[in-house]
Amino acid sequence: MDRVDPYLIPALDGVAYGLLLFVVASGLVLSFGVAGILNLAHGTLYAIGAYVAATLSDGSWLALLLALAAGVGAATAGGAALSGMLAAVPRGDHLTQALLTFGVALAGGSLLVMAFGAENLPVRVPATVDRPVDLAGHAYAGYRLVFIVVAAALALALHAVVNRTRAGMLVRAAVDDPDMVACLGVSPARVRLGVLAASGALAGTAGVLGAPIIGPGPSTAATVLLLSLVVVVLGGLGSVGGTLLAALAVGEIQTLGVALAPTAAPFLLFAAMAAVLAARSHGLIRRWSPA
Amino acid sequence: MKWLIAPALLAAVAAPWLADPYTTATLARILVLGLVAASVALLTGVAGLPTLGQTAPFAAGAYAAAHSSSVGVVQLLTAACVGAAFAALTTPLVVYARGVVVLMITLAIGELAVTAASRWRSVTGGTDGLAGMASPRPLWGLPVLDTDRARYLYALAVVGIVLCVVVLLLRGPAGMYLRGCRDDEARMRASGHPVNAYLAIAYIAAGAIAGLAGSLLVTTQQYLSPADFGFDIAALLLLGVVIGGAGSVVGAIAGTAVVLAARDWLSGLLPGRGPLLLGALFIVAAYALPRLRFRLRSAVT
Repeated sequence: MDRVDPYLIPALDGVAYGLLLFVVASGLVLSFGVAGILNLAHGTLYAIGAYVAATLSDGSWLALLLALAAGVGAATAGGAALSGMLAAVPRGDHLTQALLTFGVALAGGSLLVMAFGAENLPVRVPATVDRPVDLAGHAYAGYRLVFIVVAAALALALHAVVNRTRAGMLVRAAVDDPDMVACLGVSPARVRLGVLAASGALAGTAGVLGAPIIGPGPSTAATVLLLSLVVVVLGGLGSVGGTLLAALAVGEIQTLGVALAPTAAPFLLFAAMAAVLAARSHGLIRRWSPA
Repeated sequence: MKWLIAPALLAAVAAPWLADPYTTATLARILVLGLVAASVALLTGVAGLPTLGQTAPFAAGAYAAAHSSSVGVVQLLTAACVGAAFAALTTPLVVYARGVVVLMITLAIGELAVTAASRWRSVTGGTDGLAGMASPRPLWGLPVLDTDRARYLYALAVVGIVLCVVVLLLRGPAGMYLRGCRDDEARMRASGHPVNAYLAIAYIAAGAIAGLAGSLLVTTQQYLSPADFGFDIAALLLLGVVIGGAGSVVGAIAGTAVVLAARDWLSGLLPGRGPLLLGALFIVAAYALPRLRFRLRSAVT
């Protein structure tokens, strides 16, 4: 027990971090898997949510709810706007899509810095959970425990939506065979709009709720984009469960990995990616290469 | 476009005598990034693997060169070998994927390489960077490259030689195989060609070219920091390649020159608003380029 003890807190942090990445990355999985769009502005949508949270939060639950509504609204609108901008680009033209979304990310990041300044902003969490909780003899930030519960509920809800609702059925069908979905009379333009808006909403939710964990600052968008990309690479596009597992793994590498081997964490991410991709190189990856 | 090459080459050789040292150093940096862009064009345009990750072997080569000998040839070879080795290690990540998946994986590789570069302080100096690298001599017995003009001409010579080799190789069967893999992979497989092996060779060769460019970066800039290999650089390179006409290795250098010139001009235009204007440039280019290319193509045929 003594040997495990010092790593309990990083491990729990890893769960919080991983669940946060799960919410962001599932937005990326949506836009990537369903619409075939590599949205390089996804991290910027997260940053919008985080900045809204930092601006509105004053330590009350009402402010958090207000921030959630405003942040999710703004990020959803951002996703929908991206879908509008991408409408003129043909579906298979990945290079142009990447250039366009990168331009949006660059300009958007610059506008956010202009509006909110170049410093990392502090985020206040509701006062009732802004205190350490005693956990097996360790003090642990109360907000993170709440976050873990909320994010786990979000993951369950997402799983239910994808597997049990008509919209989720459409999403799964569009991942498997977009042409057949189009043939069956579902407009690809509407699917893209819905998917990018939903993806924005997920990024915005993660941004508002996760702001105390990955706070708003000039480098937030890039960090979040990179980590969620790694999650998508690791988890594939097959299932919510795969994304969740990958996100938890990346979260643990980023926290527990850093605690155990401080310099090796980026290399560990490399190694995890290499191992997973090498293992599935002949089987699974064929299925999720759209070309 | 062929008639443009001779005057452009003449201008490139004459440039250091016409321009001031600062401009010469800037031109040298454009050459270096142009060579990386050529490796991006080799993968993106010729082999059909769109990449945002060539900054990773570029960085590997640069840091290797910074720690290797002060003889240019040795430095170039070391950097090329390290770049190729990095590419060889990451090959299984890349060559089985296609299309936008490659874009995503290479982006992750490039970003992770930058993160690793900023953490591995003993080799890379962390985010402070490495400074004070001695200027190399190109070959044993030759004088040290101690002026901007000499360093520029050295970079020009190396880039010229590498480009000639690449263009000649691509004119032969190697280029045909790669274009075949890009245009009709199923048919290549059906005729018994090991497509993934071809792509792996192209990827490793592109890694070697990018690594070599890393050595030139050390020579021309004499300073290295993780910011030289950031995601924005990768995106700039991709934009340069797209502007240059994705299939053309020489066009990639021209495209990169245009993009870098536009970036420097824009950031001088409105100080502090550079990224905003650059983002706008990307958006405009994304809309304008396909139409422009289409018009060019219909004008030619």
